[in-house]
Amino acid sequence: MNPDRRQVLAWGAAATAAALAPGLRLVELAQARSPQEAASKLQRWGLLIDITKCGECDACVTACHEENGITSNARPATDAQWIRKVSLRDTRTGYAQTLPLMCQHCEHPPCVDVCPTGASFKRADGIVLVDKHTCIGCRYCVMACPYAARSFVHETVSGQKADVPRGKGTVEACTLCVHRVDRGATPACVEACGRDGGGAMAFGDLNDASSAIHRRLKSEPSSQIRADLALNTGVRYQGL
Amino acid sequence: MASIQYREIDGRSGGYAALLAVLGALIIAGLAAAWTMEHHGHHITGMSNRIVWGIPHVFAVFLIVAASGALNVASIASVFGRELYKPLARLSGLLAVTLLAGGLAVLVLDLGRPERLIVAMTHYNFKSIFAWNIFLYTGFFAIVALYLWTMFERRMNRHSARMGLLAFVWRLVLTTGTGSIFGFLVAREPYDSALLAPLFIVMSFSFGLAIFVLVLMAGCRWTGRALGDVVLNRLRNLLGVFVATVLYFVAVHHLTNLYIARQHELERFLLWEGGIYTALFWLGQILIGGILPLALLYGTASRRALVAAALGVIVGGLAQVYVLIIGGQAYPQLLFPGKEVRSSFFDGVVASYAPSLPEVALGVGGVALALALTAVALKVLPFLPRSLADGDIAAAAA
Amino acid sequence: MTRIAAGIIAAMLAVAGAADTPGRAAGRVALPVIKIEKGEACVAPTAQMRRDHMQMLLQQRDLTLHQGIREPRFSLKNCIDCHASRKTGSVLGKDGFCSSCHAYAAVSIDCFECHSPLRQAQAAARP
Repeated sequence: MNPDRRQVLAWGAAATAAALAPGLRLVELAQARSPQEAASKLQRWGLLIDITKCGECDACVTACHEENGITSNARPATDAQWIRKVSLRDTRTGYAQTLPLMCQHCEHPPCVDVCPTGASFKRADGIVLVDKHTCIGCRYCVMACPYAARSFVHETVSGQKADVPRGKGTVEACTLCVHRVDRGATPACVEACGRDGGGAMAFGDLNDASSAIHRRLKSEPSSQIRADLALNTGVRYQGL
Repeated sequence: MASIQYREIDGRSGGYAALLAVLGALIIAGLAAAWTMEHHGHHITGMSNRIVWGIPHVFAVFLIVAASGALNVASIASVFGRELYKPLARLSGLLAVTLLAGGLAVLVLDLGRPERLIVAMTHYNFKSIFAWNIFLYTGFFAIVALYLWTMFERRMNRHSARMGLLAFVWRLVLTTGTGSIFGFLVAREPYDSALLAPLFIVMSFSFGLAIFVLVLMAGCRWTGRALGDVVLNRLRNLLGVFVATVLYFVAVHHLTNLYIARQHELERFLLWEGGIYTALFWLGQILIGGILPLALLYGTASRRALVAAALGVIVGGLAQVYVLIIGGQAYPQLLFPGKEVRSSFFDGVVASYAPSLPEVALGVGGVALALALTAVALKVLPFLPRSLADGDIAAAAA
Repeated sequence: MTRIAAGIIAAMLAVAGAADTPGRAAGRVALPVIKIEKGEACVAPTAQMRRDHMQMLLQQRDLTLHQGIREPRFSLKNCIDCHASRKTGSVLGKDGFCSSCHAYAAVSIDCFECHSPLRQAQAAARP
């Protein structure tokens, strides 16, 4: 099969999806796209994290780093961290909380604004990624990110996961486990939190009125970190 | 004007060879450092995920800012019509080009993937200030080169004023761009101020002139050219005004921050309890880079005092850029107001940074590259007048 | 003068011609090892794969990364699954499918600085 024919097939698949869409859309979105179908603007993937259920464990961190092949070189200052547990203590009352922090997948990501080559980009469905083929390693995005969510790969990487290419001299961050999302699965952190943690994390389509995450955001209070910057983050918190 | 006679420097002395040998060795050391950083990855440097821009960026930003400022002497001659500065205009244009080349070399060699520089020329995100700067820097080279041509080529002399104006406007935009790299970073309290653009412009006036004065004095002295007091005293006064302007803008920047409650913690860090950054601010930036030069420039009329003042401005300028770039990153980002924050990623603490040898070598290599290019250009083309003695200048200006 | 120049040019052409003879070239540079251990046919005819595989990879790469189109047949993962050596599980190494041919053609590839060169099965088995 040559590339042209492949393209025709892809269009055919997209057209079929569009034709079926009116009736099937809501159900269909909850499931995986076909591999030939492009990520759609109709969706906005996001997380809702209820930190009242988040305890002193790091199941999400372990699962993320296992899933994405993030290994430590025992150099904490330069080792990559895609997700981290942050402990908070109120300066006046001493009230303590803990929460997972990762790329917030902003609607208006500062990292994308500042990237000179366009290597930092936002996919149609709201996932913010780095195209490592065009990243020149200038680290301007690390300077611009309000959440310190990005890591620069400081040394040679080996033993990468087949789905998660990583290499020295480029910048990386949480991909919302885009390779899992594309096949209809949830991110590794969410799965691990539900299995081994407090079940604090939920994943879903913020735009889909029938999704659990949308319903909760509609009926319960939630907040964004650095809401003052008006970045409209895809990751929302409860109990903050 | 026609009576100004320019000559290449002789460049056959042992001193000239020694100068080039030293600069060449420093350039090679810089290249070796860049290769080492590239080969092993940036973990061998002092830079980390918290301090992503280190010493190389301090040198690069300093050189780029100084480059645009070095052009001022030429601008004063052709844009503002001061004949006295005209004999200095060629050297001014030359330094603008060489300092920028040195700064950009450092910036590029520090990239995580410098071999992909071509990507930066073929893929543009026009919302990125870095992308604008790629055009501003390349445009600056082209415009200053043309400007120099209008100065060198007699038939083109009549276009010199117009080219000078274009170069002057371009350099203001360029420094605005450099300042905006930091000024537009909304996520970090130490930056995120429109004031950084004009601050960078006055910094460029000051740093660029300080380097110009030193190169001019060294060039004249080592080649046995007369350098009269009239010219030097003009430059002395000008440098004094620029140094005072920088102090003024720095004061305004900190005073606005002190007025804004949200920024109090930041100011406490920078001005009072920031350790090395506080020390560099008060001793380096303010004392050595500001007060001392002012006292030397206005207190005495000796040439040594002028040299010391210019050196002070350069040292203080490096300290200022260090405090701005490294101190600005070391200060923790505000994620959760009213909370103490702790994590494995060093949230909520002042990040530590110790410059490593390769980084320093790369930065110094950039300075050496700028100076070596200048020294070679002076030998190849007639940038320096035969004499800058008071009588010759007056005759030329008349 | 002209005659000497003509002589030099003729000599150079002769040397260049000799260097182009296949037999001699093979003597100096090892021919690539093309051993495909799985599957009967590739995703496109061999001639097209040889000429266009880089364009196909490039196009698929941009589609996958930017649009999330993960057509499995044309993915780098799928290439590696068939073409990795059964012994080492990799497309790199001395007789690796990618590396031996690229060494022969003197074209360096950057793919595996970031991408895993191992077959999925092997990749999963690694710690």
